[in-house]
Amino acid sequence: MLKLPIYLDYSATTPVDPRVADRMIPWLVEKFGNPASRSHAFGWEAEKAVEEAREQVAALVNADPKEIIWTSGATESNNLAIKGAANFYAGTKGKHIVTVATEHKAVLDTVKELERQGFEATYIEPQPNGLITVDQFKAALRKDTVVASVMAVNNEIGVIQPIAELGEIARANGTIFHVDAAQATGKMPLDLAKLKVDLMSFSAHKTYGPKGIGALYVRRKPRIRLEAQMHGGGHERGMRSGTLPTHQIVGMGEAFRIAREEMATENERIRMLRDRLLKGVQDIEETYVNGDLDHRVPHNLNVSFNFVEGESLLMAIKDIAVSSGSACTSASLEPSYVLRALGRSDELAHSSIRFTLGRFTTEEEIDFTIKLLHDKLGKLRELSPLWEMYKDGIDLNTVQWAAH
Amino acid sequence: MSYSTKVIDHYENPRNVGSFGKDEEGIATGMVGAPACGDVMKLQLKVGKNGIIEDAKFKTYGCGSAIASSSLVTEWVKGKTLDQALDIKNTQIAEELALPPVKIHCSILAEDAIKAAVADYKKKHAE
Repeated sequence: MLKLPIYLDYSATTPVDPRVADRMIPWLVEKFGNPASRSHAFGWEAEKAVEEAREQVAALVNADPKEIIWTSGATESNNLAIKGAANFYAGTKGKHIVTVATEHKAVLDTVKELERQGFEATYIEPQPNGLITVDQFKAALRKDTVVASVMAVNNEIGVIQPIAELGEIARANGTIFHVDAAQATGKMPLDLAKLKVDLMSFSAHKTYGPKGIGALYVRRKPRIRLEAQMHGGGHERGMRSGTLPTHQIVGMGEAFRIAREEMATENERIRMLRDRLLKGVQDIEETYVNGDLDHRVPHNLNVSFNFVEGESLLMAIKDIAVSSGSACTSASLEPSYVLRALGRSDELAHSSIRFTLGRFTTEEEIDFTIKLLHDKLGKLRELSPLWEMYKDGIDLNTVQWAAH
Repeated sequence: MSYSTKVIDHYENPRNVGSFGKDEEGIATGMVGAPACGDVMKLQLKVGKNGIIEDAKFKTYGCGSAIASSSLVTEWVKGKTLDQALDIKNTQIAEELALPPVKIHCSILAEDAIKAAVADYKKKHAE
């Protein structure tokens, strides 16, 4: 039997894999030691668990365990990477930062903060397919560009930026290259032995691990240095102080181990389901896929159903848990800045729905979703004055709207 | 966002959805909002010779609160004169539907739709 509501919001967060939860529990009550306690067995066993997890995280991205720093999540990793490197190298390299307009807010707001502190920033506008080109990146870099930050996978539209090529260019320019990979782990191969990436952010809860734990990859060869943002007991080689949460770390390690072992087969299954969903909605009139379909992670489908407002569609399809690019809930009324940066019209941005599939999604759930969308879209379009105008052959762009 | 039961009721069973025939008598149309802002309301009034609103229909592109606000307004205006319809205030709509602060603009838009429809009627019958 189908259990409702159906969860199709795996890019917001994933459930903890039961195998991960099982591994975490002993580290709460029984084996509660502080990994930094060097004087007794409680500390030693916790430290050993933390180091094993560090190896597991490093293994997923082909890095050295010594290059992995624990943080509270990708937001903290992004802050530490960008502020830490910008502040450390500003004096020698310069005070210019390059990033992309469609980055996660954890990157954009961090760069904005650095602008307030006197840095200059360039925000690359992506192509209509959501990708930036190598030439755009080259043109944005300057002699004094200290840090460039480009995400591996976009959280809204799932497109994969060409980080291998961008890394080469950044390295040649002497610019520290940071990649937010929160949405990439377990979705695509990442090989830091090959990639010219200096700093990479990870999150556990996007990859079936627990919330509240993440990591930052900090390259050792050539060695990248960071100014700490969190001061204290000098944990994580002084880069990030704070007692290590053993159970969280063990959970992240196990989650990344499972990702490494199962991602190839899992992604094929999820891709088939995603393509089934795509095929199922494509025959709905005035439906647009947002973002490039080829350079894209297999679990993401972002679609705009024209002339239907996203939030009312979410209400109509409340049996499935998805997210919308419409921002009617916020005071600003600004729709998704990611879709706007792609050059999508406001009404298409307001009409977008992000479906993200995952480990526990079934074919039955996808078929239910397809049928539900067909039913509800018809009803909402009957309600929509824009749909009526479109059907009457009126070009909405020629209408004089009274903006409010 | 959690909605009040009244919003959900109007959203799931919207009253008076549709449009009047293009050549029906005594029809006034008010269209307010903009797709860029995420909501557009079209309110139509059918006004009898005695100046009483006999019927009303709406179509709305927008969130659940916008749909509910316009659905409610079509119920409220029926049987009223145009001047009485103009007395409907957004605060009454917001109160009836228990709209949260971020959704007050939906009730304002519904009030604007009444004003726009009445203005359209007066323009057409200015002679």
